Amino acid sequence: MTILDIQTRFQAIHGAAVTETAHSKHGVHLDVTVTPDRIPDSARLMEEAQYTLEAITGVDWLTEKQIEILYDYTSYASGTRIAVRTRVPRDNPEVATICTLHPGANWHERETHDFFGVKFAGHPELTPLLLPEDADFHPLRKDYGT
Amino acid sequence: MSLEAQTIHRETFVINLGPQHPATHGVLRIKLTMDGEYIYDAEPVIGYGHRMHEKMGENRTYAKYLPNTARMDYVAAMFNTHGYVCAVERLAGITVPERAEYIRVITAELNRLASHLLWAGAFLIDLGGFTPLLYTFDDREQILDLLESVTGARLTFCYYRFGGVCNDVDDEFVAGTRQFISRLRSRMPMYHALVTKNIIFRKRCEGIGPITAADCRRYGATGPVLRGAGVAYDVRKAEPYSIYPKLDFNVPVYPESDCMARYLVRMDEIVESMRIIEQALDQMPAGPVMAEKVPKFLKPPKGECYFNVESARGSFGVRAISDGTDKAYRLKLRSPCFSNLSLFQECSRGMLLADALALLGSLDLVIPDIDR
Repeated sequence: MTILDIQTRFQAIHGAAVTETAHSKHGVHLDVTVTPDRIPDSARLMEEAQYTLEAITGVDWLTEKQIEILYDYTSYASGTRIAVRTRVPRDNPEVATICTLHPGANWHERETHDFFGVKFAGHPELTPLLLPEDADFHPLRKDYGT
Repeated sequence: MSLEAQTIHRETFVINLGPQHPATHGVLRIKLTMDGEYIYDAEPVIGYGHRMHEKMGENRTYAKYLPNTARMDYVAAMFNTHGYVCAVERLAGITVPERAEYIRVITAELNRLASHLLWAGAFLIDLGGFTPLLYTFDDREQILDLLESVTGARLTFCYYRFGGVCNDVDDEFVAGTRQFISRLRSRMPMYHALVTKNIIFRKRCEGIGPITAADCRRYGATGPVLRGAGVAYDVRKAEPYSIYPKLDFNVPVYPESDCMARYLVRMDEIVESMRIIEQALDQMPAGPVMAEKVPKFLKPPKGECYFNVESARGSFGVRAISDGTDKAYRLKLRSPCFSNLSLFQECSRGMLLADALALLGSLDLVIPDIDR
């Protein structure tokens, strides 16, 4: 699947905003924003295109009262990078897990849960990975420790 | 899994490998559920060395964070600093003088040599062979001396700066590096005679610990693990950065997907890194090593960028988000070892414990890089 095909497929996903970005400036070729309920669809598309999930992370946008969840994909075959992002409300950050599609997502989702408190619905074991086993805090939230 | 292990009524028991165990090379714990000598389940427990480097990236200025980057993967610290400075330079639109780019590549590739040599020695200790470590550390020591002479540090280098490097290299370093390369090149046949052709070593590695290309893709494994599965993916080729496009080097690939393939990839990478260093030394122009007018308190404009470098262990990525102030709004560090370890649970299932330790060693893990 070429990057153009992927772009077309993403545009067919309801509510998706696809932007072509300059790799030399942003480090990614395609930047896609989807609604939280479309994350499994985009993961399925990336899996079909034989992309690999490199990382999942969050960004706490305190003033907007939102948490952004970012999925970084890359292709071993073409070296193309695609960032998929979505935003969930800060007081109830929840999105479906994609670790059945990408087994590597398991740890990345646990890490994002540690740091931001994002709940990945359907995750088999959403327990602290890097933080102590009894940790009930989320250090990368912007209001942590204030 | 052996036929017996599959058919006989299963009685499992749990043992801990680590968190303090020589074979884990750091504070990594693996909760092993064993069925006799066979692994029924191996669950890595990580986080013992977690220091929250990503939070530190948000609460100190860009420059003050530089020393942190050398304390994640301390065996190949240059690459982490390289990824970080490149991400910030991309964000702030800083152009690095050419001589500095050459120096960066030379020191980074020297660091790759040091890292692979350390790995080779430690991996052989895992397999029960003590002597090769004495040889690899002898060679590595000379690299550390060379790097110490320009950076002032032996492991936790903080040498790269936004816009260049903090110190120019002198003629002594250039001559010393050339001398070292010719010495290491002359010692490679000895390594192959001592280790590669050793029958005990081969029996412990060939066909042991298969990690297929599909496993790598599903878990995001990169670096020698991926190239040992027959996939020619290298960030230096896939997303060329610095002066790598100007240099002629190959990406070693072995399709066997076993421990031996991963060993051979790293041994070939030593040869390729030596070629890169020699070419870079030949081509290195004179000139400044720092960009002009880089402000002390860097305030990159609002924006976001991602930068990947090929570290000794795989693809190391930095995602930096700036809100226009002198501190990053968000700094994500994508560690290669984190993804490379995450496939261990699946790939070690049904293996003999002793073989699984060979597999673990062949992943070349640096635990503080996983924990960050």
